[in-house]
Amino acid sequence: MTAKLLDVSSLTIAFPRGTPVADFGFAIGEGETVAVVGESGSGKSLTALAIMRLLPRTARIASGSIGFRGRDLLALPEPDMRKVRGREIAMIFQEPMTSLNPVLTVGKQIAEVLRLHEGLSAEAARKRSIELLDLVRVADPHLRVDDFPHRLSGGMRQRVMIAMAVACRPKLLIADEPTTALDVTIQAQVLDLLDRLRRELGMALMLITHDLGIVGQWADRVVVLYAGRGAEEADAGPLLEDPLHPYTKGLLAASPRLDARLHYTAGALREIPGSIATAQREPGCPFVPRCAMALPSCRISPPPLEEIRPRRLLACPPTAAQEQANASAVGR
Amino acid sequence: MTTATERVPEAMPESDGAWRSLRAFLRNPSAVIASLFLVFVTLVAIAAPLIYPEDPLSMVTRPFLWPGQNPQFPLGSDTLGRDVAAGLVWGSRISLIIGIAAMALGVTIGIVVGAAAGYFGGRIDDALVRLVEIFQTTPSFLMLIVLVAIAEPRVESITVGIALVTWPTIARLVRAEFRSLREKDFVTAARGLGYGHLRIIFIEILPNALPPIIVTSSVIVASAILMESALAFMGLGDPNRISWGSMIGAGRETLRTAWYLTAVPGVAIVLTVLALNMIGDALNDALNPRLSSER
Amino acid sequence: MPLLSVADLHTHFQTPRGLLRAVDGVSLAIEEGESVGLVGESGCGKSTLGKTILRLVNPTSGSVAFDGDDIAKVPSDALGPYRRRAQMIFQDPFSSLNPRHTIERILTAPLYVHGIGDRAERKRRVREMIERVGLPLSSLSRYPHEFSGGQRQRIGIARALILGPDLVICDEPVSALDLSIQAQILNLLVEMKRDFNLSYLFISHDLSVIRYFADRVLVMYLGRVVEEGTGADLWARPLHPYTRALIAAIPDPARRRQAAPIGGDIASPEDIPRGCRFHPRCAIATSICAKVDPMLEAHAPGQRAACHHAGQLTRPPEA
Repeated sequence: MTAKLLDVSSLTIAFPRGTPVADFGFAIGEGETVAVVGESGSGKSLTALAIMRLLPRTARIASGSIGFRGRDLLALPEPDMRKVRGREIAMIFQEPMTSLNPVLTVGKQIAEVLRLHEGLSAEAARKRSIELLDLVRVADPHLRVDDFPHRLSGGMRQRVMIAMAVACRPKLLIADEPTTALDVTIQAQVLDLLDRLRRELGMALMLITHDLGIVGQWADRVVVLYAGRGAEEADAGPLLEDPLHPYTKGLLAASPRLDARLHYTAGALREIPGSIATAQREPGCPFVPRCAMALPSCRISPPPLEEIRPRRLLACPPTAAQEQANASAVGR
Repeated sequence: MTTATERVPEAMPESDGAWRSLRAFLRNPSAVIASLFLVFVTLVAIAAPLIYPEDPLSMVTRPFLWPGQNPQFPLGSDTLGRDVAAGLVWGSRISLIIGIAAMALGVTIGIVVGAAAGYFGGRIDDALVRLVEIFQTTPSFLMLIVLVAIAEPRVESITVGIALVTWPTIARLVRAEFRSLREKDFVTAARGLGYGHLRIIFIEILPNALPPIIVTSSVIVASAILMESALAFMGLGDPNRISWGSMIGAGRETLRTAWYLTAVPGVAIVLTVLALNMIGDALNDALNPRLSSER
Repeated sequence: MPLLSVADLHTHFQTPRGLLRAVDGVSLAIEEGESVGLVGESGCGKSTLGKTILRLVNPTSGSVAFDGDDIAKVPSDALGPYRRRAQMIFQDPFSSLNPRHTIERILTAPLYVHGIGDRAERKRRVREMIERVGLPLSSLSRYPHEFSGGQRQRIGIARALILGPDLVICDEPVSALDLSIQAQILNLLVEMKRDFNLSYLFISHDLSVIRYFADRVLVMYLGRVVEEGTGADLWARPLHPYTRALIAAIPDPARRRQAAPIGGDIASPEDIPRGCRFHPRCAIATSICAKVDPMLEAHAPGQRAACHHAGQLTRPPEA
C-alpha cells in the first residue's frame, strides 16, 4: 500500500442548526484516485472545503484531524495554510462558469496563481500559462491565453480551471463534481485529462461525484457517504461488483445503466424509498428510515465504519455479521 | 400504486412567505416606530372633522399668536389669525390623500405599461420603452407644474399630475421583473396549459413581481407628498383646501419674525416622508427572502 | 396513422451573433402509446424541438401533425384543444412551479381555464390526481418551497396529467434529481403511461435513462436527427459515429481508464459546419463529408442514420 498523503479522521463539521458531517474519516495515498460518493446533502462538498479550510464562517469543526504530509491542517496557522492552498492542495469546482472571473483573460487568471505562489515575473508567468494551457490540451494555447472566459465553451473553461489548479504541481487535487455540468462526450475528455495529469504530475486525486459509472471507470478506491457519515469504503472494483451497505446496493440497483438491459416494459426499477432529508434527526444509523433490513439495534447509535476484511470497510453491523457468517461457512 | 414515503412537511404557518416577511418586518424597531407614526397621522387625518369641526381656513383669533401663548391654540396662529394646529390636522388629509391616490394611480399605470412591455416584448416593448423614455427625460417637476397650470389646481388634477410623472419609475421596474420572470419554467408551463395572457400576467407573474413594487410604492407616496407640498408652496395647490405645503408657502414671507409658521408644517412633512422611507427600507429587507433567511 | 408526425421542422432564432438554427430539419413520428427517446448534448436543439412541438415556440417552417391537424399552422389563440391533449414535464422542479401559489391552486387552474367540471368536480379530480402521484391530500394547502425536489417533480407530473393529455413531452424530467430519487420518478412515469395510455417524447442527455425508458430512440446533433432506431438495435449496433461516441463516453467500469472516445467541442448552432455537421469531430470522415450533407436513410430494418459511412468503424479509402 502506498504511503498516506491525506488522512482525515473522525471529522465532525457543525453548523448552528445541525451536523452535516459527523465522525467521518478516510485516507488518500500518494498518486491515488479516491472517489467520495454521495447525493446532495451528504456532506461530500463540505468535507472538501474542510480540507481546504474554506468552510463558511457559520461552520465549526467540532472534532477530528486532517493529516497532510505529516502535519495537521486543522492546527496550521492561517498564513501557513494559505501556502498549502493552491500550492500543495488545489481544488476545482462543478461550475466552471462562475469560478472564473469574467473580466480577466484566462491568461491573466492563470498567471496570477503563478506570480502569487511561484513569484514568477509577468513575462515568465505568461509563458508558463501558455504551457499550462497546452498541458490541459487546449488547442491554440497562444491564442486562447488572451480570451475572456465567456468566449470559451463549458469544457474549455473547466480545462482552464484545471490549468490553474495544477499550475504549482500540487500533491493533491480535489475535484468537486468536475463534470456534472458538462456533456457526456466532454465529460469523458475532462476525466481522461484529469487522470493523465495525475500520472504525469504524480498527484493524488480526490474525486467527488454522484456517478457510480465514473467511480468504476476512474477511481482506485471509493468512500460512500450518506448523510455526513461514512457508509462503506472499498476498492472500486469490489465495491461495484459486490456492494455491501444497503444504501450502496440500493443506489446500484436504482440506477438504470446501459449494460443492465433494463427496460420499462420488463419491470420497474428498484427504488430506494424516501429521501435523504429523513436522516436529519435519526439517533442511530442515518439510513434507517429508508432501509429495508433495519433492525431495532440500528436505531440506537450510528454504526462506525469498521474493517470487516482487508481493504473493505463497512458501517452496517447486520450486514457485517452476515458476511462473517458466510465467511466462516466457506472456511469450514 | 406508488407511495412517496418521504414525509410531507407538517403545517407550519410561519414557513409561509407572507408570515415570514411580516415577522422580519416587525423585528425591525425603526420600521415599527415609523409604522406607528404613520398610523397616528392617518388617524388624525380621519378624525380631523371631529378634532377641529370648523373650517381651518377661517380666522379664529388674533394673528401671530406664538405656540404656547394661548392654550386654546397650542401651535399658535398665522398671519391671518388662522389656527395652525387645525391647519396641520386638516393639511394631513390632503397630504395623505394626494400621496396615496397619486401612488395608486401611478403604480397602476406603471404596472399595466411595464407588464405589457416586459411580457410581450418585441414591438410593443419598443413602443412602450420609447414612451417611458419621453416621460423620464422631461424634468418631472417642470412637467408637473405645466400639467397643473393647464388644468385647474384641484386635488384631482394634482393627483393625476403627480401620477403622470411617477409612473415611469414603476413601469421600468415592472418591465425588468417581467422580462426575467417570463423566462421561468412555471410561465412556460402556464402557456403550455393554455392560460390566457391576462391570467398569466396578473395571476401567475405579478404576485412574484410584487415585493419590489411594494417597496418602491412606499417611497413614491413620500415623494408625492413632497411634490404636492412644493406645488402648494408655489401657490399651485388647491386654493380651497389647506395643505402642509400651502402653510409653508403662507409662512414664507414672515420667516424671520414668525419662523414657527414654516417650521411646524415642515417638521410634519419631514417626519412623514422619513417614516415612509424607513418603511420602504424595512419592507425591502423583509420581502427579500435571501436577506431574511440569512438573518 | 401516428399520433404525432413532425415533418421537416425548422426553428431558427435571430441572435446578435447570427442566425441560430436550433432545430434544422427534423422529421419524426410518435405512435399512440409509444415512448420515444430523444437524446443529445447541450445545444443540439432537443429542448427547442420539444417546445416547438408544443407550440411554446413558433416554428420557422415545417409541419407538426397531431391527430390529423397541422398544429404549426393553427393560430395561437385557437390552440386550446391541443393544449388539453399535449403537455410537458419540466427539468427543474424548482422553477417550474409558481412559488406564490398553493399546490391546490396550481392543479385546479388548468381545469378552470379549460372549463372542465364545476367546483366540486374540479376539487374531486385534483384530490384524485395528487394521491395518484403519491402525495398525501394535505399537500394541497402547501406551497412549492415546502417540498423536496422529488416531491415537486411529482406535483409537476400531476399538473401535466390533470387535463388528461395523450402526448406528454418530458424534458429531462430526472436530471435535476438525486440518483436515489430518479428511480422513483421514472417508475411513476411508467405507471402513468400505462394507466392513462400516454405517449411520451422523452428528452434526455443521459443515454442510460433513455435506454430504460424508450421504445424507439432518436439521436440529435446540432439541430438534426442523425440516427433513429428501436432501442435494442441502436444499442447493439449503432450506425452513426456520433451515436457510437455517445455510448462509449458513458462512464463504465468496463472501460477502466480508457481514453475519451471523441475529441473536440460541439460546434455552435449559430455556426453549423458545412457538409455533414459532425465531420469536424468525426474519426471516419472523408472528403465527401465536408461537402455533402447526408440525409437520414435506412441502413438496416427500422434503423436510419444520416452518415455517408454508416456502420463503418474505420475510415474507408478515399475514392
